Amino acid sequence: MSTEPKPGGSLGVAMKRKEDPRFIQGKGRYVDDISLPGMLHLAIVRSPYPHAGITSIDISEAMRVPGVRAVITGKDLEAAGLGWLPTFHGFDKQMVLAIGKVLFQYQEVAAVFAESRGAAADGAEAVHVEYAPLPVVTDPFAARTDQVILRPDREKKTNHIYHWEVGDKDATARALRTSPRRISQRIWFQRCHPAPLEPCGCVAQFDAMGRLQFYVTSQAPHVYRTALAIVTGIAEDKIHVISPDIGGGFGNKVPVYPGYVCAIVGALKLGRPVKWIESRTENLTSTGFARDYHMDVEIGATDDGRMTALHVATTADHGAFDAAADPTKYPAGMFGIVTGSYDVPAAHAEVDAYFTNKAPGGIAYRCSFRVTEASYAIERAMDILADELRMDPVEVRRKNFVRKDQFPYQSRLGFTYDSGDYQKALDVALEKIGYKELLKEQTAKRLRGELMGIGFSTFTEVVGAGPSKHFDILGIKMFDSAEIRIHPTGAGIVRTGTKSQGQGHETTWAQIVAEELGLDPQNIMVEEGDTDTAPYGLGTYASRSTPVAGGAIAMAARRVREKAKKVAAHLLEVGEADVEWQDYKFQVKGVPAKSVTMKEVAFAAYTNMSQNEPGLEASYYYDPPNMTFPSGCYVAVVDVDRETGEVKVRRFLAVDDCGIIINPLIVEGQIHGGLTEGFAIAFMQEIQYDSDGNNLNTNFTDYLLPTSLETPHWETAKVTTPSPHHPIGAKGVGESPNVGSPAAFVNAVIDALSPLGVRHLDMPITRDKVWRAIRAAEAKTALA
Amino acid sequence: MIPAAFEYVRAHSIDEAIAHLQQHGGDARVLAGGQSLIPAMRFRLARPAVLVDINSVRDLSYLRASDGVLEIGATSRDSDVERAGWIGDRRWSLIHDVSRVVADPVVRQMGTVVGSLCHNDPSGDWTTAALASRAEVVVRGKAGARTVPIDEFLVDSFTTAVGEGEMAVAARFPKPDDRTAGSYQKIERKVGDFATAAAAVQISLNADGTVRAAGIALSAAGPCALRVDEAERLLVGREPRDETIRAAADAASRRSAPQADLRGGVDYKKHLAGVLVARGLRQALARLGARA
Ligand SMILES: Cc1cc2nc3c(=O)[nH]c(=O)nc-3n(C[C@H](O)[C@H](O)[C@H](O)COP(=O)(O)OP(=O)(O)OC[C@H]3O[C@@H](n4cnc5c(N)ncnc54)[C@H](O)[C@@H]3O)c2cc1C
Repeated sequence: MSTEPKPGGSLGVAMKRKEDPRFIQGKGRYVDDISLPGMLHLAIVRSPYPHAGITSIDISEAMRVPGVRAVITGKDLEAAGLGWLPTFHGFDKQMVLAIGKVLFQYQEVAAVFAESRGAAADGAEAVHVEYAPLPVVTDPFAARTDQVILRPDREKKTNHIYHWEVGDKDATARALRTSPRRISQRIWFQRCHPAPLEPCGCVAQFDAMGRLQFYVTSQAPHVYRTALAIVTGIAEDKIHVISPDIGGGFGNKVPVYPGYVCAIVGALKLGRPVKWIESRTENLTSTGFARDYHMDVEIGATDDGRMTALHVATTADHGAFDAAADPTKYPAGMFGIVTGSYDVPAAHAEVDAYFTNKAPGGIAYRCSFRVTEASYAIERAMDILADELRMDPVEVRRKNFVRKDQFPYQSRLGFTYDSGDYQKALDVALEKIGYKELLKEQTAKRLRGELMGIGFSTFTEVVGAGPSKHFDILGIKMFDSAEIRIHPTGAGIVRTGTKSQGQGHETTWAQIVAEELGLDPQNIMVEEGDTDTAPYGLGTYASRSTPVAGGAIAMAARRVREKAKKVAAHLLEVGEADVEWQDYKFQVKGVPAKSVTMKEVAFAAYTNMSQNEPGLEASYYYDPPNMTFPSGCYVAVVDVDRETGEVKVRRFLAVDDCGIIINPLIVEGQIHGGLTEGFAIAFMQEIQYDSDGNNLNTNFTDYLLPTSLETPHWETAKVTTPSPHHPIGAKGVGESPNVGSPAAFVNAVIDALSPLGVRHLDMPITRDKVWRAIRAAEAKTALA
Repeated sequence: MIPAAFEYVRAHSIDEAIAHLQQHGGDARVLAGGQSLIPAMRFRLARPAVLVDINSVRDLSYLRASDGVLEIGATSRDSDVERAGWIGDRRWSLIHDVSRVVADPVVRQMGTVVGSLCHNDPSGDWTTAALASRAEVVVRGKAGARTVPIDEFLVDSFTTAVGEGEMAVAARFPKPDDRTAGSYQKIERKVGDFATAAAAVQISLNADGTVRAAGIALSAAGPCALRVDEAERLLVGREPRDETIRAAADAASRRSAPQADLRGGVDYKKHLAGVLVARGLRQALARLGARA
């Protein structure tokens, strides 16, 4: 594998990340590094109650705290017409600061502006709010009864937010009824939180021109600009959103949060810049959580393991406001991918979402809109089916895979899978992990009463939203864009509508441009995140950057090439029709000896362009014709300590198919990172509320991020089926490991426990849970 | 996460530190490694009016072995212990084990052994090890120094025998003989997590293989680290065979009185106390080349 980039041939080169020297030396510039003259600091007063009326708010003591300049409440904002904020999903709105009542613990109640962070914190402590507690609903199944209506502000007096379904209900019910074998299982994907290391924050300033300069940790700066224009009424040309370096997003930095609105209002009202940086606790307790889907999965099958039907009914807990950031037509995101890698003849999926007294969200945590929930459900259920049929989970999967010759494959739930080779990924995995040997070892261990498990996840995801005929956010179609300028010396700049949060765009985008134009990627600068300079795009989440913006970059580069060709013809002294692009150079058709490089052409475009328009630049707005469908086969091998319930992940192999790989080093890094998150979700992470509505995971002592010491060693391999519709055949990889791995971990643990009769445990798989399952099984045997 | 306002003074000698502590009484707190105190202040769970920083006090950072005692000065870091030249000697195996699992490597660069004892967290590791090794703490006040046995030093959760206007200057661990070994067994959800359950074990054998002395203590099993006297009694004078180990483990399980939390339920933690004591005993014996 080559690691040295060279002009041309940049695709597939494991080039070191151009951004890393900056980050490694601590020279990244994050929003909290921005300090403007005269800047005030904002602190937010938050509710200790999960559901309570607000009787009074007394700000007098806070105003006396030295350094405090202003305190605003929901009433103030309401008077200014800014009491509520539309959520990105568009069907709901969210209080900026509580109006009349609070709906979740840590909800924003008042905003304090002060000369220093310390004074703002002291001021927040000195705001006295009187609450009248109301009955608390933390369970979506209890919310369903509508005994307590949480959102009387809404027209419909019910906690039910929406019902969404896809597939053939009757055919699926019929097929299930007549299936010789059936399984059903409620599978909960627990509430978790993306917990980026850098929390959310912003600096808002109105400059001398009265223009809003808004520095913010945003994965989607352009969408923010438009949303802010809509919410605040400020003309969009008077808003400049700048997303500086971002320390991880994972979906958490897609929504617009109340703190941002407060900072802008404060900056406007006080005529001074305002900074808001949330604490870890604020990040975990009030910003977008992920998952919290209770999925009732039913599968019908023949005796020999052919699936006949799949039905999934989901109860979704959305918290106090429907702040899930999903495309308009897809309230449950891409949950229709729940048929996974399997050719199920009849399928039906439905989702019902409810309000509860918990933080709002339902954003994707390194996952394309509910794809992780869907993948986890089907991959977990396949193992339950295998258990029911007493078949090897590998065989059940193999029997039901969409075959290579079926692509493009039309799924029963509405997707057209672009390409894949699931058999091959499985074969590679079995071979690499040494499945036969492992099975032998397991058999021997079981005879000795030792608990060893092997777990598979052969997932398919759907990413790269998306084609304009289906996908929009607040009405804005989900295309993305690129603008390329090549300078006279053959260096250049590319700008896109996406925004890297650690994905390595500064390197990957340069490689695409370099590949298309035969230039040196080291001299292609990448700039993102500034709405004044970058072309309009929908941002980076849902693994969409490479599938969508990556497509735009390739297409814009090809436009540059078209233009360059005219100049090349002039330099080669032939007609344009006689010039061809070969081996990263322009040459006279069939005469390799007569050629010019792009570098030479670039210089000529500014110095010797003949009749052609000077300059060398192009832009492209790419509306993808379809989604892309990355897939993979993951295998986990675990040992369970019978005495303590400890699970040791002995091996983990990820075989990924993300189509054409631009930079294998970055892909590997993305896989390692995502697997580590998947590991955390499987074994450690849950945002738990007690029945009184108290959030129990308010910092990193109780919401766990694994360190290098817990994290297993990752083994990786690849299979490549290019996406047929993507300009360079890439599919996206950022999220595959997070989507695919939880099921592999859990399946391995359940496989280890299966001799004891355990069929399912919900995540996170804690030691306590495992020990209890073992003990319960042992008690049963003792009785028998 | 901004602490409430406080005053900060840096002491350069023990006497100066004590003078500040005397002056401010209950409003003042000693600042050692800051790894417990600073987070508590940032969450505004602790709001001392005055911090007396002892990190610049001369002659408080030392590990000194004399008169059959290992003395650890009040500003010696966990990492100093972890890297001490003598730490590989099996008689210090309990201390060695603890020095590698308390908190995480970053926290151990700042956190102090004495600070841990003074903090007296119910799930602390050093407190538990100090019980099993029958350590003492040297406490200084205006009137001079006194030496407090660890069982008396650990009064209640986050409460010790250090009075107002006093500070701890050193911890003293009796030097074990060469037929002594120990083990620290900790179950944690991740590195840097406080124990779900932990057990400190130290045993000394007679020449005939019977147990001469035993120290058994539990962490996260009560208001503060807990000595399992019954297990110690069961072991002393006996050959540490399987059934004795099992009996000691059962005693530990019974004695353990943990709180249910996100780390696990009460029954699980009680069960772990027994498992970890048994594992600790077996490992200590293995280190002594003895067989259970
Ligand atoms: C992420 C993290 C993980 C941790 N994990 C663990 C763990 O797994 N196990 C564990 O046992 N601990 C753990 N700790 C706590 C850590 O070990 C602390 O360092 C230790 O508890 C306190 O030592 P310190 O020197 O930092 O004390 P400080 O934080 O400075 O002080 C703690 C308390 O003791 C008092 N004090 C300190 N020194 C003296 C003195 N000489 N005389 C009188 N009073 C004094 C202070 O006034 C304060 O009240 C963890 C801490 C962190 C931040």
